[in-house]
Amino acid sequence: MASVNPGNGKISGIVAGVSNWVTERAPSMGGAYRKHLSEYWAPKNFNIFYFFGSLAMLVLVNQLVTGIWLTMNYKPSAAEAFNSVEYIMRDVEWGWLIRYMHSTGSSAFFIVVYLHMFRALIYGSYQKPRELVWVLGTLIYLVLMAEAFLGYVLPYGQMSYWGAQVITSLFGAIPVVGGALVELIRGDYLISDATLNRFFALHVVALPLVLLLLIALHLAALHEVGSNNPDGVDIKKIKDNNGKPLDGIAFHPYYTVKDIFGAGVFLLLFAFVIFFAPMFGGLFLEYDNFIPANPLVTPEHIKPVWYFTPFYAMLRAIPDKLLGVVVMGAAVMILFAVPWLDRSPVKSYRYRGLLSKLLLALFVVVFIFLGYAGYQPSSQLMTLLAQIATAIYFLFFFTMPFWTRIDSVKPVPARVPEHG
Amino acid sequence: MAKFLFALFSMLAGGSVLAAGPVFPLEPAQVNISDRASLQRGAGLFMNYCSSCHSAGFMRYSRLAQDLGLTEAQVMENLNFTGAKFGDTIKASMPAGDATTWFGAAPPDLSLTARAKLGGADWIYTYLKSFYVDESRSIGWNNPVLPNASMPHVLWELQGTQRLVTAPIPVGADGRPGHCEKGEVADACLVGFETVEAGILDAEAYDQVARDISNFLQYVAEPAALQRAAYGPWVILFLAFFTFLAWLLKAEYWKDVH
Repeated sequence: MASVNPGNGKISGIVAGVSNWVTERAPSMGGAYRKHLSEYWAPKNFNIFYFFGSLAMLVLVNQLVTGIWLTMNYKPSAAEAFNSVEYIMRDVEWGWLIRYMHSTGSSAFFIVVYLHMFRALIYGSYQKPRELVWVLGTLIYLVLMAEAFLGYVLPYGQMSYWGAQVITSLFGAIPVVGGALVELIRGDYLISDATLNRFFALHVVALPLVLLLLIALHLAALHEVGSNNPDGVDIKKIKDNNGKPLDGIAFHPYYTVKDIFGAGVFLLLFAFVIFFAPMFGGLFLEYDNFIPANPLVTPEHIKPVWYFTPFYAMLRAIPDKLLGVVVMGAAVMILFAVPWLDRSPVKSYRYRGLLSKLLLALFVVVFIFLGYAGYQPSSQLMTLLAQIATAIYFLFFFTMPFWTRIDSVKPVPARVPEHG
Repeated sequence: MAKFLFALFSMLAGGSVLAAGPVFPLEPAQVNISDRASLQRGAGLFMNYCSSCHSAGFMRYSRLAQDLGLTEAQVMENLNFTGAKFGDTIKASMPAGDATTWFGAAPPDLSLTARAKLGGADWIYTYLKSFYVDESRSIGWNNPVLPNASMPHVLWELQGTQRLVTAPIPVGADGRPGHCEKGEVADACLVGFETVEAGILDAEAYDQVARDISNFLQYVAEPAALQRAAYGPWVILFLAFFTFLAWLLKAEYWKDVH
């Protein structure tokens, strides 16, 4: 890296001095800075959906920092866990804020990640050459679900206990090894102190490490191939004499300043929930979870947190336990196959036909409906509707190779078009 | 667990609604935790009428003093009847062992009741107003909000006593039992209550008593709510200003993109 011109100002002189000192000793650091920030050419036409990647990073940092502070007063034992959370809420200075930032953060994580995945789906960001980016992202989603489930058990309220009881028992549906597997996971015959301890270890050490590794790989894979954009135009095809894509702009400073603005808007909403509606009507923190875990009293209506309810609805829609578990697992697993199911010659839905647009819209409606159905007490009508919705969910993916091929497409321009 | 899951799945297969009993309609308590006078009255009522049986085991006397604007002496003389230290939490004066012998189960800790019940303070408010005389119960009282609990109406002197007024459950067009607007009590529709004996307070004054206790328990469930309300607007204002600056910065940088 060429030495930095110190300029005239005192501060810029110091910055240049430090920068040159580092460059002399670790020349490749400057290369990494250029590759990932100052000379990472991002398409200039990113829209609102492109905020959610950086916002996911922001929420991750929030979860890591507040999580570390929570562990300073949380006690991972069945006898003390519930009380220690109330201790944090009442007696630890600012403990309530840290706890609400963490509990609201987990819901925010899923909101952000679902919108991030939706963006990839509508703009075809998983298509060649970005299949690996999508696969790594889906892995992150999978680990995130495990992480959220484990964390939900820690306050050791009634819903923590019974949610854990139901979810771990699902492994019991596996033939032959099921029963032994459930015991292995719980470390006991039912959810107990042993379970809470190991869930704590997994939640605060093991899975965060896996998440960080996967996120590093997700970003590395993305920066090899470059970002897609709402028009699905390949900006690398047309470059200037210096090798810079004509429709690309440097990630830093353009997208860093834009993402700071996005972070501001996000934090406004985030703070509003934390300070004025931390339970969010029982969606982010559930009423039953303010009752200490009691193995002798089963709550009337066991349901997972909102971000799991679409899959819970599928589980309940299938009358056979093993089949239900298989369907629920397949609903997540099928996401891995999306890059190979989509046979469309264009990426973005903007250049696809009416059929693709309608099916995408139907998929969104069905997924949101499943989320709603999973939250309601089951009834005959709801079960039937959930069965239909589950069928549509899978048909959307199974038939994707056909409808993406037969649907009409519009020609994709060579350059990013000038529209809003 | 296997049994439970089996029950769950068989219910799903059968499609019957989960066994949720008739929900008693709750009255809005209109509580306001920033009404300090109401919280102070509520604390007094709670300590006098509730705390001999019920703990508020997460609530410290010292925190009470701080949040309700009381001095240590005021709290220790007027609200602390058990000889607990100022920094202690509020523990029922009745030993849990005796409680189990007398009532069949120890009365629950009320620290988090307002957060654990759907409806929160409204639930407590409606509960405190809905005790009626029921000779069939050994305790002599019953309550449609939490049917067949072993809690007597400790506030009866204030409210007076009331009797349940019921009507037969209507039969729907399909011959099945119809819907009761105010919930079901003992296989009949609840219509309302009728006063048997007047209490010390009139209805309006008793409503205020129930409201003050509900308000106090709402505060006890989450003392940090006072801090949330105090800091929230400033955090939002700061973030709004920050976001505005960030937007200006973005607009400045992006001038040369378009």
